[in-house]
Amino acid sequence: MTDLIQPIFQTAAWVVIYAFVPSFIVMNAVLIAGAFLTYVERKVIGHIQQRPGPNRVGPLGLLQPLADGIKLLTKEDIIPAQADRFVFVIAPFLSLVPVIMAYAVIPWGEPTTLMGVLPWLRVFDGWGYIPAAWNPFPLVPEKATLVISNLNIGVLYILGMSGLSAYGIILAGWGSNSKYALLGGLRSAAQVISYEIAMGLAIVGTLMLAGSLSLVDIVRAQESSFWYVLAQPLGFLIFFISGIAETNRAPFDLPEAESEIVAGFHTEYSGMRFAFFFMAEYGAMVIISAMASILYLGGWLPLQLPIPSALPAIGSTLAVTDGAVRAVNGALMAVPPIVWMLSKIGFFLFVYIWLRATFPRLRYDQLMHLGWKVMLPLGLANIFVTGLVILVKG
Amino acid sequence: MPETHLPTQYLPVLLLLALAAGFVVINLVMGSLVRPKRPSAEKLTPYESGIPPIGQAQRRFNVRFYLVSMLFVLFDIETVFLYPWAVLLKKLGMFGFVEMAVFIMILLVGYGYAWKSGALNWD
Repeated sequence: MTDLIQPIFQTAAWVVIYAFVPSFIVMNAVLIAGAFLTYVERKVIGHIQQRPGPNRVGPLGLLQPLADGIKLLTKEDIIPAQADRFVFVIAPFLSLVPVIMAYAVIPWGEPTTLMGVLPWLRVFDGWGYIPAAWNPFPLVPEKATLVISNLNIGVLYILGMSGLSAYGIILAGWGSNSKYALLGGLRSAAQVISYEIAMGLAIVGTLMLAGSLSLVDIVRAQESSFWYVLAQPLGFLIFFISGIAETNRAPFDLPEAESEIVAGFHTEYSGMRFAFFFMAEYGAMVIISAMASILYLGGWLPLQLPIPSALPAIGSTLAVTDGAVRAVNGALMAVPPIVWMLSKIGFFLFVYIWLRATFPRLRYDQLMHLGWKVMLPLGLANIFVTGLVILVKG
Repeated sequence: MPETHLPTQYLPVLLLLALAAGFVVINLVMGSLVRPKRPSAEKLTPYESGIPPIGQAQRRFNVRFYLVSMLFVLFDIETVFLYPWAVLLKKLGMFGFVEMAVFIMILLVGYGYAWKSGALNWD
């Protein structure tokens, strides 16, 4: 009897603790963060344009996302009479689900400093209600990583999921049976696939340095060397610019160019289905920001300043002592890893919003020209030079 | 997790898929309980800037979109082909680098042809 129950209990406990709880937390955190991001965006753009932004609902307008959510939930759900019903209904689903799934491989930090939550789980051991041999928690490694699943093909998985969301957009455009929606969907699909190539090529440089496709390994590789933005400045720029184009954000937001094609692929959508497209867009922005942090800014690693005496060329001319720099580094080290990760993501999200408030929209031929004739050759050149440098330096 | 031959690291991914799908479905069902449903003929016509829609929307579109997707298939496969090579570059050494340079050169010939023949132009 015990022989039968023990593996079932252990498997069930494992699934709940290692799969369900992290997935549930991450999914909800991402959706709430996405809703809040709409507020931050309106507030930041408001201030850039010398307006107050949303300030009516709650203190400083902080409850605006909640009000928007309730409004969208209670809005009438209109499916146009001529629409292809099945395609129309399935499109928001295909747009949002891959974005949420992409979060499976994003590492958020090391848990050893996460307020001791994982060590606390070991207390379970001492409850005494369950035989010690059944306890699933001794399987917790001493230094695990806060990630839902550390897939060894993490980078490919993310690229695949971001490619899948193009289906949602093109099916929404096609299924609506509306001219604006169709034009928006086509534009968007062509744009997403064009920039996916540049993005894929930009990442190759990082992979050559790290020697792994796992996002956790890529951060660990930067722990023992340096942040890859120093070695891959061009790759970083190509990645982030194609990331903006890939998520259909300004200045590459042609699929939803209001002045030309109304709202693009989601012209015919209303209520909750409309909200799903927005959740997908903001969720994808967070994914791109997280990827930029992990691949180029060391993920959850703290910022460390170089010690002056270790820099022979300029070290003696600087007016700071080694001790002062070490003290600053120590203070930076004391900040929990997850805070570093979230602040880096926040920084990129701010850049996203800043760009939207600053740059005018590109023309479609300029967009395709940039993707195919500038980004693609630059990405290939970056790979060539990086490979050569790695081999020459051994 | 007890000993098993299943690829267990994909289990959380599947669970996340189920959670995300559940989120979408629950939201739609919850919404259907509270939202109004008063369709009318005008409300259900596709939006065309306020005038009655003319003809079907699902019509022929520019061939350039087709061309772009063909080029995408070519170059995306090339990019994915670069990934295992990039991960192993330090082990493969100069030999691997030259091999890949030859491969990219062959691809660049095709890229040059596409550029020259105007496939990358949008006008």
